[in-house]
Amino acid sequence: MSLIAAAPALPLHQAGPYVAAAYIVFVVLILVYVAILALRVSRTEKDVVALRDELDSREPTDDPDPERERVAV
Amino acid sequence: MLAPIYSRGLRGLALATVATIGVALGLVFFYAPLDADQGFVQKIFYIHVPLAIVSLGGYILGALFAIGHLRTGDRKWDMRSYVAIHMALIFSVGGLITGSIWAKASWGHWWVWDEPTLVSYLIVVLLFATYQPLRFSIEDPERQARYASVFAVVAGAFVPLNFIAVRLAQAYVHPRVLAAGHLPPSMGLTFAVSLIGIALLYVTLWKLELAAKSSRMQVRRLRREVLGDTAVRPLGRSAAPS
Repeated sequence: MSLIAAAPALPLHQAGPYVAAAYIVFVVLILVYVAILALRVSRTEKDVVALRDELDSREPTDDPDPERERVAV
Repeated sequence: MLAPIYSRGLRGLALATVATIGVALGLVFFYAPLDADQGFVQKIFYIHVPLAIVSLGGYILGALFAIGHLRTGDRKWDMRSYVAIHMALIFSVGGLITGSIWAKASWGHWWVWDEPTLVSYLIVVLLFATYQPLRFSIEDPERQARYASVFAVVAGAFVPLNFIAVRLAQAYVHPRVLAAGHLPPSMGLTFAVSLIGIALLYVTLWKLELAAKSSRMQVRRLRREVLGDTAVRPLGRSAAPS
């Protein structure tokens, strides 16, 4: 006989906390994971903002290709 | 080479996941009958077993992606494999904890060492728990990706072998509730919806993590291209693909 088959049925007031604990563990695990992911995404967002600020702060040039040399004709 | 857009379809997938898990919870608590032997505590079955099954599927998925990396040498497959195994480990932790709670409620013990299915599952989880330290121990990204892929393939092949070996050796020790005729239709339907919900959650989180990692890598690449190498901080040693 298997262990589960040998186990007696638990009354609701005894089983309830175990069932609740199992489902709460699942929800908490997912929430913690999503929170960590949200932190990482916010870091990426900050990097994007920093990159945009650095690009905005650069001196605008009229010459579309600054590496091209001017040659007198 | 264009980077894959992992966030495509993510909104629909997330909504489908939430809806399916919502329906599954409704079925678990308002439709599926109480188990004759275990009573209310059997409701843990609908979260514990899908978590365990999906985590094992995740390890195999990681192995398949690793084969893709070894065949093509494309690092995107290594990234997919890494995230698949990473997610599977998280689901395994959920499966182990919910299983322990169920064991305590049913058997009076948090863990039973003479139960082959439990112990073999723990061995698989511990095997894959070495995946990240293995990656972290290798500094060169190319070698890290290659060695990790070889590990993922070998360890992934171990998952079905382990499963079959335990079934052949001890056919009647762990309850075989998923065998034909063991589960009443109402419980079977509830279990199937729960399994689909957990599988959808796995795929959603896998895509979400890939999208986050891919975005971060794209920003670093863009920064290097636009501002030069000095504008990008060195990553340092990491278990994650870079």
